[in-house]
Amino acid sequence: MTRMEKSASFSRRALLQSGGALVVSIGMPMSLDTLLAVSQAHAQGAKPPLTPDQLSSYIAVNADGTVAAFFGKMDMGHGLTVAIGQMVAEELDVPFKAVKVYMGDTANSVHQGGASGSTGIQLGGKQMRMAAAEARRVLVEMAAQKLAIPADQLAVVDGVVQAKADPARKASYAELIGGRYFNVQLDWNKQYGNTLYAPGKALPKKPGEYKIVGKPIKREDIAPKVFAQEDFVTDVKVPGMVHARMIRPPVAGSVPVKVDESSIRDIPTARAIWKNGFLGVVAEKEWDAIQAMANLKVEWSQVTPPFPPQASLYDVIRKSPVRKRVVETNVGNVDEAFKSAARVIEAEYEWPFQSHASMGPACALVEIKDGFVTCYSGTQKSHFVQAGLAATLDVPLEKVRVKWMAGPGSYGRNDADDCAMDAAVIAKEIGRPVRLQYMREQGTAWDPKGPASIHRARLAFDAAGKIVAYEFTSKGFSRVDVDTNGGKPRDTLAGQTLGVTLASGDGFGVPAESYDFPNKRLAWETVAPLLDRASPLRSSHLRDPVGPQIHFASESFIDEVAAALGQDPVQFRLQYVKDARDAAVIKAATGKFGWETRPSPRRDQTGVKVNGRGIAYSQRNGTRVAAIAEVDIDRSTGKIWVKRFVVAHDCGQIINPDGLAKAIEGNVVQGISRTLWEEVKFNDKAVTTADWVSYPILDITESPEKIETVLIDHPEIAPSGAGEPSIRPLAAAIANAIFDATGVRMRRVPFSPDRVKQSMS
Amino acid sequence: MAQKFTLNVNGRDHTVDVDPDMPLLYALRNDIGLNNPHFGCGLAQCGACTVHLDGQAIRSCVTPVSAVGSGKVVTLAGLGTPEKPHPLQTAYVEEQVPQCGYCINGWIMTAAAFLRDKKKPTDAEIKTALEGLKCRCGTHMGILRAVKRASEMMG
Repeated sequence: MTRMEKSASFSRRALLQSGGALVVSIGMPMSLDTLLAVSQAHAQGAKPPLTPDQLSSYIAVNADGTVAAFFGKMDMGHGLTVAIGQMVAEELDVPFKAVKVYMGDTANSVHQGGASGSTGIQLGGKQMRMAAAEARRVLVEMAAQKLAIPADQLAVVDGVVQAKADPARKASYAELIGGRYFNVQLDWNKQYGNTLYAPGKALPKKPGEYKIVGKPIKREDIAPKVFAQEDFVTDVKVPGMVHARMIRPPVAGSVPVKVDESSIRDIPTARAIWKNGFLGVVAEKEWDAIQAMANLKVEWSQVTPPFPPQASLYDVIRKSPVRKRVVETNVGNVDEAFKSAARVIEAEYEWPFQSHASMGPACALVEIKDGFVTCYSGTQKSHFVQAGLAATLDVPLEKVRVKWMAGPGSYGRNDADDCAMDAAVIAKEIGRPVRLQYMREQGTAWDPKGPASIHRARLAFDAAGKIVAYEFTSKGFSRVDVDTNGGKPRDTLAGQTLGVTLASGDGFGVPAESYDFPNKRLAWETVAPLLDRASPLRSSHLRDPVGPQIHFASESFIDEVAAALGQDPVQFRLQYVKDARDAAVIKAATGKFGWETRPSPRRDQTGVKVNGRGIAYSQRNGTRVAAIAEVDIDRSTGKIWVKRFVVAHDCGQIINPDGLAKAIEGNVVQGISRTLWEEVKFNDKAVTTADWVSYPILDITESPEKIETVLIDHPEIAPSGAGEPSIRPLAAAIANAIFDATGVRMRRVPFSPDRVKQSMS
Repeated sequence: MAQKFTLNVNGRDHTVDVDPDMPLLYALRNDIGLNNPHFGCGLAQCGACTVHLDGQAIRSCVTPVSAVGSGKVVTLAGLGTPEKPHPLQTAYVEEQVPQCGYCINGWIMTAAAFLRDKKKPTDAEIKTALEGLKCRCGTHMGILRAVKRASEMMG
């Protein structure tokens, strides 16, 4: 009699409470293939509680032996689903195709922080790997008892545990536990979010044993998209649903003082939803909701236009009082070193507000039924949205389910979380399920923005020409003026328009590099937002939050120093980086590019069309990237074409080289776009970049000829992130290439043709 | 005032009772139940809503239902199926093009109309044919590889 069978005689309660490593809870022998089945099992008490310390919260084996992996993060398009599936299949010794990864549904996953900080593999995958390893250990022990063979004499092949000496003596995962849940306690670190970690007793495999990790397995979610068979969040419909649209003020900061519903009386079923500063419309038909939005007559409060002239933005930042200053690196005595310096080089750089400008504006559907809230959202952070909805609607957390569905691309805190909260407010008000989709201008002009900033760098030499001190200080709007998620009403437009108490956060960052200068200070300073409530210029996370800003400045400055010394930019960097992996990515990139050692700028070009190359490098939470841009410049028009990029990338262990290369490629194109074109513009009243004409991105006709990647694999080093690190050094690489070609230093992004032309005149 | 229109979509007739000024996109998505064309901008700037009308790639977000008449509408779902894929769909899967995939309609439907009329286009001709379409995830390189691959499959 196996332990599993024995445990069946226990009462369910005793079983669930026992928590022994080999106790398996008894559930309905159901397929876990649908979320409905999972929630049913949960409701029936057949599943241990959905807590981080339960193995069943991460891994389940279906009756047919296939594996369900429940993941509290989600795939925003980089193929994370595949990578997590590979890690789980590897540790469980099941075929890759036997694993299905369920993502970002609060009904069946624990709070692992959502898509955040490129931690999908680094932290989320680490947990899934440990859970899968523990599941395998438990299954092998169960088989050991069933087969009466010691565990160390068993092997697992494709989900079948078999005697090494006699493969005919075997027990499959399906036989051992299929259709029932593990009831195995894990050693949880009591943290939620990205840092959640709950290993079992098992150790994961050694890299030498890998069969699935490291392989370029393809994504399976592409075909359904290409054949129009997959629903996006925008496609969800539920019975009784109405359509909603929001109305934003013409002058930021103003609120409705009079709403004339007679103005939409002719539009079938249309009505306005107005509470304090919150104003939306609903109708049975989507087109009618859009008409109501366009036609509703609203009188807005008179307010002083809140924004300074755009041209003065960087001066405003310069002159604003520092709200918070943090010195993150302080080596030696920087002030003394500058006082006694024989020579100082300094420069200042500027980066504008930028928009997520996701491919479609946000959409959410909220249904409140029998006191239970269900929300379909394209959010990156379902568990935070669950908390935000609970607070916004004043219901207990366990009465809210947020189900993530693929939405129109997301690169941080875009408009998705705001949309979920707005939809919830309306759903509560009208007592019907509400599908809310924003309009284009609401997605581009009203999303939380990547913060604008200025960056000062200076470097001191002694009389002998030796570098003695380096100081780098960023000053800008906060990366968390509103938080990175909609977990609290104060961080959402719904909360802010309804009048909750505000609490703008402070955060920025410093360069991540290993330059070894004897005295070194890296610091950041934040300033208050231009408008504190419901602002279209509220700032938060946009892909590699503040990374592109900071490293545009820091890596441009390093190039300026190399040029001032007449040194080759690569040789100069290699002389000062002290981290061996940093040096290795720089060398890998230069090797692939065919870098010719010489100082910048090149001085051999006289025509209208000139060409140059530039390098930049950076670290990001363990990952190292070196990028080299080759640019063509038309001096008569100022038009820049980034013809070629070479990116060398070291993120430790590579889980899927194909997914990694594509993640880098997307980062490069988006990074070129943000460097050459993107700038949120505003007048005194409002953000004026509201569509693809006013907020252009890199067109396909401007694509590089080639993007080449060098993937450095370190199977022995735990994987770090790859979703964002490669966008970090791109702007500096382009700026350095422009300098190489022209001798002109671009210190303000974007490098639009008019600005480039002006800089060269 | 709502009016009745009969729209031929993916080879089938559908009668809808809608505002004549309503863009075709909403009829396809809400009245006919085809989710594949997406709302991206409503301004004909991005392409996410692209369908074919009598073989031409059009932006359904700005095309009034009343302008469709008896024209034949084909959406991405009507272009091909997993069993009988259009070469562009095959190439998109093989090249693993999309990230979020929300923009797919614009690229595939525009490229399908282009490749039908233009055999063996050069790289520059492909780029020009796709000018103005948006992909925010930055999958430009994959899109170009896939269209090139499809053009080779189409001979």
